[in-house]
Amino acid sequence: MGAFIGRRLLASLPIVFGVTALVFLILHLIPGDPAQIMLFGTNATPDQIAGLRRSLGLDRPLAVQYGDFVWRLVHGDLGVSFISQRRVAEEIGLVFPATATLALATMVVAATVGLGAGVIGAMYRGSWMDVAGTGFSVLGVAVPNFWLSVLLILVFAVRLGWLPALSEGGVRGLILPSVSLGWGFSAIITRLCRANLLEALAQPYVSTAYAKGLRAGAVVVRHALKNALIPVVTLLGLQVGNLLSGAVVVETIFGRQGLGSLAVRAIQAKDFPTIQGVVLVVALVYLLVNLAVDVAYAALDPRVRYG
Amino acid sequence: MDVQASSAAPPAPARPATGRPSWVWRRFARHRFAAAGAALLLVVFALAAAGPVVAPYNPERVDIVDRLRPPGAAHWLGTDQFGRDVLSRVVAGARPTCLAAVMAIGIAAGAGVVLGAAAGYAGGAVDGAVMRAMDIMLAFPGILLALVVVTILGTGLLNVMIAVGVSLIPAFTRLVRGAMLSLRQREFVVSARAIGCGSVRILGRHILPNVWAQVAVLSTTALGWAIIAGSTLNFLGFGVHPPTPEWGADLNTGREYLNAAWWMSTAPGTAIVLVILAINFVGDGVTEALDPALRRP
Repeated sequence: MGAFIGRRLLASLPIVFGVTALVFLILHLIPGDPAQIMLFGTNATPDQIAGLRRSLGLDRPLAVQYGDFVWRLVHGDLGVSFISQRRVAEEIGLVFPATATLALATMVVAATVGLGAGVIGAMYRGSWMDVAGTGFSVLGVAVPNFWLSVLLILVFAVRLGWLPALSEGGVRGLILPSVSLGWGFSAIITRLCRANLLEALAQPYVSTAYAKGLRAGAVVVRHALKNALIPVVTLLGLQVGNLLSGAVVVETIFGRQGLGSLAVRAIQAKDFPTIQGVVLVVALVYLLVNLAVDVAYAALDPRVRYG
Repeated sequence: MDVQASSAAPPAPARPATGRPSWVWRRFARHRFAAAGAALLLVVFALAAAGPVVAPYNPERVDIVDRLRPPGAAHWLGTDQFGRDVLSRVVAGARPTCLAAVMAIGIAAGAGVVLGAAAGYAGGAVDGAVMRAMDIMLAFPGILLALVVVTILGTGLLNVMIAVGVSLIPAFTRLVRGAMLSLRQREFVVSARAIGCGSVRILGRHILPNVWAQVAVLSTTALGWAIIAGSTLNFLGFGVHPPTPEWGADLNTGREYLNAAWWMSTAPGTAIVLVILAINFVGDGVTEALDPALRRP
């Protein structure tokens, strides 16, 4: 197991390197001089622009700048925001818990609904509950989360007044955003869980379990579901990327101060250090989660370790 | 029907059988949801092409007297905060939304086929370099990669197309490379090489024709994602500039008026959902039609 984790870590090193290079290059790929863009509209003199270039280190060779970027990075320094003049690492630290909470709540919603609908669909195949579950998942992957967010606000905040339209801390404010993000997610889990469970229920070991006299519930939960869940674990990990993408939109709509809304504000304001910081943190979190999923997969299924 | 289809298209041993176009088409048309989806998509694409010509009003015509009117006889889907006809804006908004998605798929499929073919056919260092680059792109969750591209290129519909296209390149590259690796070993490719065909001829005449079906399937399934991603970027304000109608952007404008005029965001939102549903049904139909092995029992 240790060797597997080591191999997997080693394999992701070049990717981490590439990600930092790409994030570093954002500032240099924008057409024009970053210093000029930052000072756009402030009537800066050429001297001021040259001064900013120097203070940003833009007058040095690219390789030196990149080395410096990585050096500061490993010391936890992501630069200073152009807008708030605060350290980017500090800003990200402030909003990170909000995004993590949202992601966790979304996972809980998606897993509960998705597994529930998937198990019911497989156990009562062809019944009205199965048809409803399938319809729900077909619709779930077709409704973009920004539209679902607006619809939920319209119904539950504007019309019924049950829940806040703005997500101001607390559990009540978390319900609409996590449902907006979680529906599409649960739809995918429902499909996969239903299909895998149907396949598992057709296996001989399930017949054996029935023949031993076990009740249907016990057979499904203890025998079939256990095997059907392995691909779902991988899917959960893969979907973390979509979850982080969705957070960009959902946080903006519900006014949550998170990584996603920070990214949108930074892009609107051309606040490059903040953009670089957020993009880097999200990409690294995504890589780490994928690593964790691979490890979990290897723990669940020994064939992966020795493959 | 099933018997006819399976006896008509036996899996040929030399090449992966995708069937003659007429059989593929018949299998597709039998899938009722797919046929309905295709019909809806045709209507939407026709609207996108005809655009303002078929819209009942000029989508950008301001009429302050008639602002925020609920759906009625004069304005079937109501009017917005400037008195503009919402139905006309939904009709006119089909063009930027669909164009962005189709162009994005074009960019992704074009780049993906070239990169994937190069990686899969050349192998070695080229393969290593291309696939590492794809791994790095895949380390950025979809929308985030598109946002990075928008950051670099700036806002606007064209840049949104490019951004969505770029974020889809890894999917196409991986698909084509994978197909390439298996096709390269097949007898008909080895024989072509043995009789002295050059690389270009082998790629163009023998390998790529067998990749198109898979690229077509991925294109349809990715089209739904491209519409969602494109309208998301427009919704966030990185795409079209006002007063240009676009579904995502209009939905965002309508958000401010949820209390007074629910129809403003509901109309473009429903349009997006219908188009994505249609694309998903067509995608299922295309997948099943091109791959008889997946045919439903």
